[in-house]
Amino acid sequence: MATTKNEIDFLLHLADNALIIGHRNSEWCGHGPILEQDIAITNIALDYIGQARNLYQHAAELINQHTDKIELTQTGKDISLPVTEDSLAYLRDVVEFKNLLITEIPNGDWAQTSLRLFLLSQFQLELFTQLLKHEDPQVAAIAEKSIKEISYHVKWSQDWVLRLGDGTEESKRRMQNAIDAIWAFTGELFIQPEYATAACLNYAAIQTAWNQKVSAIFEEAGLVIPAKTFVQKGGATGMHTEHLGYILAEMQYLQRAYPNSEW
Amino acid sequence: MVNSATTQHAEIWQILETVMDPEVPVLSVVDLGVIRAVAVEGKQVKVTITPTYTGCPAMDMIAMQIKMALMAAGYEPIIKTILSPAWTTDWMTEKGKQQLQAYGIAPPVGKSIDAAYLEDLVVPCPQCQSTHTVLVSQFGSTACKALFKCEECKEPFDYFKCH
Repeated sequence: MATTKNEIDFLLHLADNALIIGHRNSEWCGHGPILEQDIAITNIALDYIGQARNLYQHAAELINQHTDKIELTQTGKDISLPVTEDSLAYLRDVVEFKNLLITEIPNGDWAQTSLRLFLLSQFQLELFTQLLKHEDPQVAAIAEKSIKEISYHVKWSQDWVLRLGDGTEESKRRMQNAIDAIWAFTGELFIQPEYATAACLNYAAIQTAWNQKVSAIFEEAGLVIPAKTFVQKGGATGMHTEHLGYILAEMQYLQRAYPNSEW
Repeated sequence: MVNSATTQHAEIWQILETVMDPEVPVLSVVDLGVIRAVAVEGKQVKVTITPTYTGCPAMDMIAMQIKMALMAAGYEPIIKTILSPAWTTDWMTEKGKQQLQAYGIAPPVGKSIDAAYLEDLVVPCPQCQSTHTVLVSQFGSTACKALFKCEECKEPFDYFKCH
């Protein structure tokens, strides 16, 4: 039972990551620097929301199979069973969300948005590659499917880090500023959540691979990793920045105001 | 009249050939490579499909259209979605690729299995066949397409990207 509870929490962690980064990227819709890039970032948002759906669907399936005492919410307001992908996305509150802080911080400028995606997708690529060996075949299947899309995200965002970092004085300044602003949120990527108990996981290996790849791109682009900074953490256990509440308020408004509405 | 299982099977595949991808209406779901299995038992048909992209909004519609086409032919369809093995453009039929080309969308170049999707590829223009083309964006009008431009005929075109 403990295994199932852990797997559910881990699935929600992955799903919340995908949903929140998808939501953030979708905020660029209609605001991208040029039409093609506006389309690119919204396509990426769509991929993430698709991944979130797969993960929530599977989490919902496990939750509904184990209705005997799986505490879903910390706030005491229980989500009625059976849960669905929608109730998991729309009816949980800030403290119940398990996404990493890096996914919820504001977009900032284009440099910050593409840099965040680069740092996150590079991490996800390593993590999902490990999940291919997950003992639950459906988790492995979701990972297999997601990796293909994430590979594109890595390539796209990496191109922007290189292009801006190795571009004009202004673009370099912006990319370096973005690194300085976001870096404190990268430490949390490698803190293994308590519920991440699957045997296939090795966060130390993820960190080593991530460091190598990120440093190589920064070096090529002439960008500098900040000297030791404070590590912001807590997202994976429900302690969030002030930003998540605003995202949920916007995203969940309709379902909260008009329960079960469809369109 | 009694239908043998094989004739029924053939009939179902024929019906599936008439269900088109709503975003690329020249491509049937069979040519797109999303039909993974068909199992028939009497009037009950179980069709197993796999999504192209996880967030593709066309997938719900495809499942619905398959269901309706089979119901119209008197079957009781059940649609099951599986994620693994993950869909790849390698499963697109040759006929499908030709139809894409004729429709003005460049078909996937190279095999996904060779990680061709991560390389910079030469994609011939579907209008004038020139290979003097450039990638405008990895992401196009739908999740499955990239945007290219032909330097010869100056026309932009969609590329069904290798996946």
